[in-house]
Amino acid sequence: MAETSLNGFGAQPTRPNGMRGVVADWASDQRAFKSASWGKSMMWIFLLSDTFIFGCFLLAYMTARMSTTVPWPDASSVFALHIGGADMPLILIAIMTFVLISSSGTMAMAVNFAYRRNRRMTVILLLLTALMGATFVGMQAFEWTKLITEGVRPWGNPWGAPQFGATFFMITGFHGTHVTFGVIFLLIVARKVWRGDYDRGTRGFFTSRPGDYEHVETMGLYWHFVDLVWVFIFAFFYLW
Amino acid sequence: MSAPPSTPVHTSSQTDAAASHAEGQQHPVRLYLLVWFWLFVLSACSYLVDYAGFEGYLRWSLILVFMMLKAGLIVAVFMHMVWERLALVYAILLPPIAVLVFVTIMAIESDYTALTRMTLFSGGG
Repeated sequence: MAETSLNGFGAQPTRPNGMRGVVADWASDQRAFKSASWGKSMMWIFLLSDTFIFGCFLLAYMTARMSTTVPWPDASSVFALHIGGADMPLILIAIMTFVLISSSGTMAMAVNFAYRRNRRMTVILLLLTALMGATFVGMQAFEWTKLITEGVRPWGNPWGAPQFGATFFMITGFHGTHVTFGVIFLLIVARKVWRGDYDRGTRGFFTSRPGDYEHVETMGLYWHFVDLVWVFIFAFFYLW
Repeated sequence: MSAPPSTPVHTSSQTDAAASHAEGQQHPVRLYLLVWFWLFVLSACSYLVDYAGFEGYLRWSLILVFMMLKAGLIVAVFMHMVWERLALVYAILLPPIAVLVFVTIMAIESDYTALTRMTLFSGGG
């Protein structure tokens, strides 16, 4: 019975923990992920595949930067902004980082309120998360515009190794696309919470399966992953 | 012989645990706020690494330490990984090791490429 339930929570308490639990869960003729529903498991597996994609992007960047004999442009001054008569190094990137981390915080709170069945707070926090995500993409558009007017192209730039532009547009562009799709999905989930779809178990337009508040957590997994990727981009591309 | 009396006790604790789990991932708000606060602090620290102008191994190790701490907090608490069963944790967190192996291979390869470029194209390439 418990094996066929959607979330499988009923199957959990009797199972062993630790390494013995890993072996028991992965043993044949049963579902491996006892604590996660199929939706959550599939989101995790998608995020793992996305990890490989971003991992390979950063890896390609490392290879280009390590093997070129031309000096790499100094990110600290390339991304500096002239504010109040002084150059602030990396200031826009720092603001973008704080905006994205704040949105991760509101997302975590949204998941929390969703499980408490507080629809009003969940919707407000989801919309706030989407707003900060959109702000992030807006600032990224500003940054791209600034660099393009300064002459950065995928095949060259005024300051050094030509691969700088290619890796910059590829990595931040792919990340920005992820944020944009995240904002769209946040708005869809917020609308569903608002209408009470998850209370009534209304069937989704795509999977035609009854939805529940776990969708908010699955949405949160994606959003936190976008923030997670930014942590690595910030460290390797902007700070290194 | 002693099995039947212990069975009802076992099943009741089982349903209690199941009921508490059926409501999904519920954790105190305080914990989320604490993690949020530390993410802010760690981000500020990694920005200060650049602002202070640290160079060399000090810079790189500080960047990596702050990066891993932030990533760990996000995955563990915000993405609820510490509360998942080990079967899922290992399935998701172990495969990225392959990326690290790939990084090692390509770092060695890049060194070789840089060396050949320096010896064969003395003007840079």
